[in-house]
Amino acid sequence: MTFLDKTARSFFLVEIVKGFWLTLKYFFKPKVTINYPFEKNAISPRFRGEHALRRYPNGEERCIACKLCEAICPALAITIEAEARDDGSRRTTRYDIDMTKCIYCGLCQEACPVDAIVEGPNFEFATETREELYYDKDKLLENGERWEAQIAANLKMDAPYR
Amino acid sequence: MPKLTIDGIEITVEQGTSILQAAEQLGIEIPRFCYHDRLSVPANCRMCLVEVEGAPKPVASCAQPCGNDMKVLTKSPKVVKARQGVMEFLLINHPLDCPICDQGGECDLQDQSVAYGYDRSRYAENKRAVKEKYLGPLIDTHMNRCIQCTRCIRFSEELGGVESLGLIGRGEVVEIAPYVEKMIESELSGNLIDVCPVGALVSRPYEFKARPWELRKTETIDVMDAVGSNIRVDSRGNEVLRVLPRLNEEINEEWIGDKTRFAYDGLKVQRLDRPYIRDGKKLREATWEEAFALIASKLEKIDGKQIGALVGDLAAMEEIKALKDLMNAWGSPHTDCLIDGAVFDAENAGGYLFNTNIADIEKADAILLVGTNPRWEAPMINLRIRKAALANRDLPIGVIGEQLDLNYKYEYLGAGADTLTGLRKSKSAFVKALKKAKNPVVILGAGALRRKDGKAIQQAVAQIAEEFKIIKKDWNGFNMLHTAASRIGALTLGFVPGRGGYNAAKMIEETKSGKIKALYLMGADDVNFKGLSKKAFVIYQGHHGDHGAIHADVILPGAAYTEKAGVYMNVEGRAQIARQAVFPPGEAREDWKILRALSDFTGSPLPYDNLQGLRAAMVTDHPELQDINVPMKVKWKGLGVPGKILKAGFETSIKNYYQTNVISRHSVTMAECTAEASGKTNKKVAANG
Repeated sequence: MTFLDKTARSFFLVEIVKGFWLTLKYFFKPKVTINYPFEKNAISPRFRGEHALRRYPNGEERCIACKLCEAICPALAITIEAEARDDGSRRTTRYDIDMTKCIYCGLCQEACPVDAIVEGPNFEFATETREELYYDKDKLLENGERWEAQIAANLKMDAPYR
Repeated sequence: MPKLTIDGIEITVEQGTSILQAAEQLGIEIPRFCYHDRLSVPANCRMCLVEVEGAPKPVASCAQPCGNDMKVLTKSPKVVKARQGVMEFLLINHPLDCPICDQGGECDLQDQSVAYGYDRSRYAENKRAVKEKYLGPLIDTHMNRCIQCTRCIRFSEELGGVESLGLIGRGEVVEIAPYVEKMIESELSGNLIDVCPVGALVSRPYEFKARPWELRKTETIDVMDAVGSNIRVDSRGNEVLRVLPRLNEEINEEWIGDKTRFAYDGLKVQRLDRPYIRDGKKLREATWEEAFALIASKLEKIDGKQIGALVGDLAAMEEIKALKDLMNAWGSPHTDCLIDGAVFDAENAGGYLFNTNIADIEKADAILLVGTNPRWEAPMINLRIRKAALANRDLPIGVIGEQLDLNYKYEYLGAGADTLTGLRKSKSAFVKALKKAKNPVVILGAGALRRKDGKAIQQAVAQIAEEFKIIKKDWNGFNMLHTAASRIGALTLGFVPGRGGYNAAKMIEETKSGKIKALYLMGADDVNFKGLSKKAFVIYQGHHGDHGAIHADVILPGAAYTEKAGVYMNVEGRAQIARQAVFPPGEAREDWKILRALSDFTGSPLPYDNLQGLRAAMVTDHPELQDINVPMKVKWKGLGVPGKILKAGFETSIKNYYQTNVISRHSVTMAECTAEASGKTNKKVAANG
């Protein structure tokens, strides 16, 4: 019997018809994939993407060189050097993140007492060379300026849960 | 001897011990802010409250002496509650600026608020704000952070001996303030930073540079004076970021002078980081091989006896030993370490050591200072004298030499030799006290011996010491105070003119006549180079491009004291080991290694290849070096009858405390202090982070 059954199934291409049927069914269903570069998924306000250094609304940079992010970073990706600025305030002279070392754990953001270093919503920062992933202070501040609206909105959304 | 129980543990303590001290003996830690071991007890922070059975209220343990049958509880709920209350009050006006505070990470208030603090504030009113004060180029103030523990006031008044800080106002407006806003005129002012339990007084040069947790800590020895203060060098990467004192009860306790603490920025400028060779008028960069080959070719043509060597003030014993051995191999007797021109009996160790141990100065009951200003030459020794003077208000202290600005009362006896020899006949109260004293001390400044009759002065002082019974069976009160860290080490290793050898001045002079054709300067900068002939071939080995390097034909870049392991011997003849904190810059190398390498080129290889070998050779030749950290004990042999002493008054060796050697001369901080101290202020307004 098994012999007959098998032969009949293969003769009438049952498996293939089944397969095509499945395909046909999905043909009429709504699509689950998105057209990535042109369409994007929604992401959580807690999403930990590319880092940014923020500024206060008056343009003053938030970072005060307390070095807590540097201390807590488990991947030792952050390097900070600090000095008194001309007006006597404590500021960084160097703030580097090695994005190739970073594991995107978000502890720097947790440690920051002034919400200066944040992991923003951006995840599209692939580069062609490694060197481009060694971020310095200018790059991070530029990120902050670019993403400030979204970062601020995310932080506000997340604030009640902190 | 009261017997009491603390947390159920019985202990018997000395009469007058406070509960806090008794608890410390048991290893029970009681939090405190205002209490400091070495200062008076004001009991104003109330953090050290404990419960004593029978007492109606919690008791401040720092001020309460132990009584018999006391039952003390240090961790009871009542105590914890009381301390939490105190902490809450302290934090009412303390700003929440730990992230920008330099004390963050090593702050008493921060640590103790973890134990006793509440995680949020119940205080809704405005915090008070206090204006910053100007305390000079060394100390930065953030007076908002001050908790009025008054440690700084007590330190500057009691140990510093300057009454410039005080508590002004009462209640909420109380603040610590200088009476006049200017630099604190004390060479110990840096210790205020250590004494401050919060971040109100912080180091200005170190401001915002680093966090305590990222620093590498190296325990080493200071070379700014000859006392050999124990220090900790904090560095990050290859940069020295600060210098802190390290506890050594026998030398510096837990204090250091300002030069020791702040001169480190001189290590970053004007450094020699590669060998140089003179090309016509200019020096040009060279490789080590070139430099060594040039030296070898020059020395080949010279008889060994025509080479002279001088050792500077900052050299460690290793390189002195290596240079001495090298000179021996070349066959030259012209070695000298007394580059400042001091003349004294260098054969008899008892005559040039600080024979009374530094800690024993506190026991002194009469002190005679001859041609020395201990306040500048050795702040740590001056501190001991001040402590002795504090303990005994009538302590007779006499000064011969210059009129000094000391922070204790003294009797000015006279300027020079007449006064010194006249002491015998003098019937003054001081001389009587000196003769009667049980533990008399005489301190002779090495600076006073920088003249032709130096040896006679030394002998005259020694003779008086003998006559006045300052040197006894169990007490040797004869002391010589040097200012160069390398001096005692070099003298111990015998780096003095050998048979037929010239001294420093003579060596320079004889370059004209051609009797000295080559001069090896081992970090010797403070030499009087006047009269140095251009014909002489000068090799300079050192770490700064200073007076010595200007005259050099070949420069070999060496290492500064933070950059090499070495043994330094302090004024007491106490050998101490300094450790390497950072690496020398560029091509520079440890000094003994340079000499070892050079010895290969000149065909007289030194018989050691590593530090262990060198130290072993040192100990074999000088067995007294076997005991590290112990003062040298020398039997008094007498120095002989003094010759004629010239009329001129004795001079002290240091004219400006802040700039005495190559490192401090190149330090910006020290330059600012010098300007400030001399009145040429460039006052900066206190910064507010």
